[in-house]
Amino acid sequence: MSKVKSIEELMKIKERALKELQLRDTGKRGKITVAMGTCGIAAGAKETLRAIVEALAENNINDVAVVQSGCMGLCEVEPTVEVRLEGQEPVVYGHVTPENAKRIVKLHIMANQIVSDLMVRKGEM
Amino acid sequence: MPLTTSTVLICAGGACISSGEASVKEALKKEIRKYGLDEVVRVVETGCMGACSLGPIIVIYPDGVFYQKLTPRAAEKIVQEHLLKGRIVQEYLYKMPTGEVVPEAMDKLPFFAKQVKIATRNVGYIDPSNIEEYIARDGYFALNKVLTQMSPEQVIEEIKRSGLRGRGGAGFPTGLKWELTRKAKGDRKYIVCNADEGDPGAFMDRSILEGDPHTVLEAMVIAGYAIGAHQGYIYVRAEYPLAIERLQIAIAQAKEFGFLGENILGSEFGFDIEIRIGAGAFVCGEETALIASIEGKRGQPRVKPPYPAQSGVWGCPTVINNVETFACVPPIIIKGADWFRSIGTPTSPGTKVFALAGKITNTGLVEVPMGITIKELLYEIGGGSSTGKKIKAVQTGGPSGGCIPSEYFDTPVDYESLQKLGAIMGSGGMIVMDEDDCMVDVARFFLEFTVDESCGKCTPCREGTRQMLKILEKITSGEGSEKDLIELETLGNIIKDTSLCGLGQTAPNPVLSTLRYYRHEYEAHVREKRCPALRCKALVRYVIDPSKCVGCTACARVCPVNAISGELRKVHTIDNDVCVRCGSCIEVCRFGAISKVSP
Ligand SMILES: Cc1cc2nc3c(=O)[nH]c(=O)nc-3n(C[C@H](O)[C@H](O)[C@H](O)COP(=O)(O)O)c2cc1C
Ligand code: SF4
Ligand code: SF4
Ligand code: FES
Ligand code: FES
Repeated sequence: MSKVKSIEELMKIKERALKELQLRDTGKRGKITVAMGTCGIAAGAKETLRAIVEALAENNINDVAVVQSGCMGLCEVEPTVEVRLEGQEPVVYGHVTPENAKRIVKLHIMANQIVSDLMVRKGEM
Repeated sequence: MPLTTSTVLICAGGACISSGEASVKEALKKEIRKYGLDEVVRVVETGCMGACSLGPIIVIYPDGVFYQKLTPRAAEKIVQEHLLKGRIVQEYLYKMPTGEVVPEAMDKLPFFAKQVKIATRNVGYIDPSNIEEYIARDGYFALNKVLTQMSPEQVIEEIKRSGLRGRGGAGFPTGLKWELTRKAKGDRKYIVCNADEGDPGAFMDRSILEGDPHTVLEAMVIAGYAIGAHQGYIYVRAEYPLAIERLQIAIAQAKEFGFLGENILGSEFGFDIEIRIGAGAFVCGEETALIASIEGKRGQPRVKPPYPAQSGVWGCPTVINNVETFACVPPIIIKGADWFRSIGTPTSPGTKVFALAGKITNTGLVEVPMGITIKELLYEIGGGSSTGKKIKAVQTGGPSGGCIPSEYFDTPVDYESLQKLGAIMGSGGMIVMDEDDCMVDVARFFLEFTVDESCGKCTPCREGTRQMLKILEKITSGEGSEKDLIELETLGNIIKDTSLCGLGQTAPNPVLSTLRYYRHEYEAHVREKRCPALRCKALVRYVIDPSKCVGCTACARVCPVNAISGELRKVHTIDNDVCVRCGSCIEVCRFGAISKVSP
């Protein structure tokens, strides 16, 4: 670490560190849950999770939490991801490859459009 | 971008450590690894979160779920259920005294909801060993503002306008202290942080040092800039090893980032900080004694004036401030004096951290706006009595403070109101007492502390307090007279007026305040040889109620001195000449036949 000499450099550190800290905020607009059961991980859920976190970071979205859960009981369509935005019914997506994950972020999170070709279920379980 | 999805904050404050934080942390980490979650779940140790009676505690973000009273087994379950499956584990959530389970988000717990956090804004939230997390919460932005946009005079003006007063006890206006030191003659000047924290029961300073060390460093550099000092010392007691370790880490990081040393943040200004470790004598918290101790001399107070502002460390003008005082400085610089004044009362702006202890449900640290009433503090935040018995008094301000009776619980908490009641703010210790506490005994307890801690330099403090203690011991053993009460008062007032330093000047407070509000208890002791709270051993007897005793012999078997006699299935009796008042028999009697009486 070289010494901080200006407000711009300080801001840069702040922005970087804030992303990490904002994960701790409870006042989120929504939550993306990635199923990380054994079969989810085998089907590539870790890569999916990484893609989601990266897509959110690239687009400076920090009011959506990402968490992992265990098996959702949908082994045949793994990796599965559930998107829950405030005031809307939760949507479960299947076959979420890293590319699909990016589409979900772009469309569902950013443009509020459900990605119908990936959707496997809508509504509370 | 690190791939973190959940963060588990685990409190590594003193209370949580002693209730088993380490094994909970181990179990958490092990279980997280076992499920392959170590890549995405971070475990961070923080400073005290305040809810010490509930420890060990963790908070899981982003959900903000607060789990309490954990065991390693509980930690495993939380990993399996919450972190892996996203299901909240009900059994470790906080429950209200009414049994109701509380909404999981931490900031909605009644204990936290009423608090306003300035000095402890980051404690329990950031990773204290990670400077970037401090920066993320606007850390070092105040320093940058000061160095690039404000003259030293403007900094002092802002602190003066904020009305910030010292949180270490006396409540002296901080801005004025800085101004006096800036104006004092001398080429070299110093900044000292008083982190001695000798008040038994108070640990807010430790908690800030452990949970947010950078805020103290930042404020000290700002103070240095304001008064024209280039060197600072943090005087911290040796019993605080974790605080010392965190400070060392923080100082090294601040140097690396260029917030300490030469050309801070690219400016012309340079400032360095060293840690000085104190042996932990109460009197070393007194400013002149502390300065002597930093200079390597024996920690004894001297006559004031000259005040440290004129002649402090090595005879140079010195600002000495308390940890909590410093922790308020960066937010004031960033948000402005008006913002600070909008919290608290006109004469005591801002917040104060209190350490709740004694017979109260939520023991721990709370930060509240000044002006909150004692009642709100004890009942709404503190959760009321922990014993089911009525709260009788609260002792504020540590060993040199005073007792406030429940009739006055509508009083707002600020410097002036407490002083009017014969108590003080002190460093913010609050010890709650219920009807089982004897106020004469309480006064004796605090005086015993002072007698032990008096440095012995001046006679009134050394001899006078000892004399007062003797009288109190006489009273609690049933040998006191009315004359003794008068003598206690006279002596107390003389000691207050003639002692050299604040220790002696305030030592009689617990006695004088209890004499003022609980004179009837003293009178019961001297006139009727009776202890109304059944506390003073010499004045109580243990008796067996013949109508309740079934002769089970349980008490006789447990009595360590064979004071109880009686045959099987016949009424037992206690010989009070033999009884040592240990209370064991009351505990074992399943028929409620034994009680304490006085006389
Ligand atoms: C016996 C005695 C003990 C004290 N102990 C402490 C202490 O532990 N911490 C502290 O900050 N101030 C303590 N003080 C008060 C200091 O002398 C001094 O007033 C204070 O550090 C000034 O800082 P402040 O204006 O920020 O409160 C003590 C005073 C006395 C008389
Ligand atoms: S335990 Fe109680 S009931 Fe039993 S002998 Fe003792 S006093 Fe009597
Ligand atoms: S109080 Fe202790 S010493 Fe006294 S009678 Fe009971 S058990 Fe024996
Ligand atoms: S583990 Fe994903 S459906 Fe079974
Ligand atoms: S030590 Fe953990 S809450 Fe105070």
